[in-house]
Amino acid sequence: MATEFHNLQELRHSASLATKIFVQRDYSEGTVCKFQTKFPSDLESRIERPLFEDTVKTLNKFYTEAEKIGGHSYLEGCLACATAYVIFLCMETGYEKVLKKISRYIQEQNEKVYAPRGLLITDPIERGMRVISFLKVIRSRSPSSRTGAPAPAPAAAPPPAAVAGDWRTSTRVSYPGYP
Amino acid sequence: MSAVMVAKKVTRKWEKLPGKNTFCCDGRVMMARQKGVFYLTLFLIVGTCALFFAFECPYLAINLSPAIPVVAVVLFLFVVAMLLRTSFSDPGVLPRALPEEATFIEMEIEAANGNVPAGQRPPPRIRNVQINSQIVKLKYCYTCKIFRPPRASHCSICDNCVERFDHHCPWVGNCVGKRNYRYFYLFTLSLSLLTIFIFSFAIVHVVMRSVDSGFVVVCFFTLWSVVGLTGFHTYLISLNQTTNEDIKGSWSGKNRIQNPYSHRNIMKNCCEVLCGPAYPSVLDRRGLMLERSLHPANPTAAAAQVGKNNNAEPQPTERKAPCPPDEHAPDDANPNVTASTEDVSYNEKSPSPNQETLPPPQDPSPSLPEDNTDAALDKEKVH
Repeated sequence: MATEFHNLQELRHSASLATKIFVQRDYSEGTVCKFQTKFPSDLESRIERPLFEDTVKTLNKFYTEAEKIGGHSYLEGCLACATAYVIFLCMETGYEKVLKKISRYIQEQNEKVYAPRGLLITDPIERGMRVISFLKVIRSRSPSSRTGAPAPAPAAAPPPAAVAGDWRTSTRVSYPGYP
Repeated sequence: MSAVMVAKKVTRKWEKLPGKNTFCCDGRVMMARQKGVFYLTLFLIVGTCALFFAFECPYLAINLSPAIPVVAVVLFLFVVAMLLRTSFSDPGVLPRALPEEATFIEMEIEAANGNVPAGQRPPPRIRNVQINSQIVKLKYCYTCKIFRPPRASHCSICDNCVERFDHHCPWVGNCVGKRNYRYFYLFTLSLSLLTIFIFSFAIVHVVMRSVDSGFVVVCFFTLWSVVGLTGFHTYLISLNQTTNEDIKGSWSGKNRIQNPYSHRNIMKNCCEVLCGPAYPSVLDRRGLMLERSLHPANPTAAAAQVGKNNNAEPQPTERKAPCPPDEHAPDDANPNVTASTEDVSYNEKSPSPNQETLPPPQDPSPSLPEDNTDAALDKEKVH
């Protein structure tokens, strides 16, 4: 698990230029956190639709569970109120617990499903819960891929203004199953 | 080759957050810039209670009941705790869109607008969504470069978009939004109870001892304003409305739509607002950013801003373009960095809960080198 995580980090680092695709929020049920399950056309070449939909639906389920107003949230609220919310300084809230589950799920999905296809998902919490961003890794072969012109973007990608220039190349790492 | 001294300076993300907030305790406390009225609130509450404890409680405790000061102390502590919670917490600020996201949204807008003839103003940036079979318009925020979620609004005082924006309260020195509305409500409610409590026992004291009633008069005026405010917010909660919506008349009037967020049931509305889950802050205020300042080439340079868990890297040579004016990139970004000669690897632990995930591709900060890279690439495209 640790080595796979390290490999994913290297993958992010070695993705010198990548395009991003954003899956927006679905507000049809109000302000609850829910993402659109519409399959972006830019991902068609990289991943199958059922896998994508499955990921987004599972994330939506997690968020629904986190924001559920029921017995657990009442109890948590009342207990916290009785202690003047001091207890939140020591205790993790129910929402934070689900967020941890979500990040574990995203990491697992990245390792098993997305990284082998040259994609990486970013946890929505890092984007203000506004979007799920899919990072399309451009497969670059040369070690000095940072210099010179950027690698040609895939045809279906949005204009190259959407660039993640934050990727730092330390060393080229070959990721298993990655051409 | 000159020897370059590198000093590692750890910066936390709150130091680079845009907006007009002030942060204290290394990012743990987040408030608005103007805090004068907040100090006044604190002074009034503490001062009034101090007078009550000093002059009225001894007599009342002996002649009526020792429970009176005990209840007063409990209420006072609860009021102060709620006030501090409201004032110091993140109201639900939405981070600004990073360049890629902003560009993506712009593309979508342009695609939706089609070709606008030259000289004509482009149509307003509005997105329609259907919520509970009502059409709600989402407005575009030019400062944050996002389409605001429903019920969010941009606070001009704090210069942030805030989710479920209620109002900016100078008395608490912060915005009141999704994350701290219940603390605000409990503050006003408990303050009303405390004021009524003090007021009643001050009257009792006056009656029992025929002393000066100046204190009572002060309490009387405070009482009506605080109780009135509590009543107003109770009304809003029962209808699941925000102050902002109420003032704008979003859901009232004949031709307006009904409130799509209301459950049409007072209890359900109250439960949602007061007993809902405690939402987390999406601003990772205490996350780490790393700055390396180089000496002596440029002592004030913020040479590289590397996200956590990233290694040292060579700076892209195309980063010479000036930053676009709305990006808050540092002007002293040093293009002469020979960081490739360094072999420093950073492995800082982030205190954020996202430690187990992959490191974020970008930090939610506007002053990243990639902003410059984007600008540079844009320039290359233009030329």
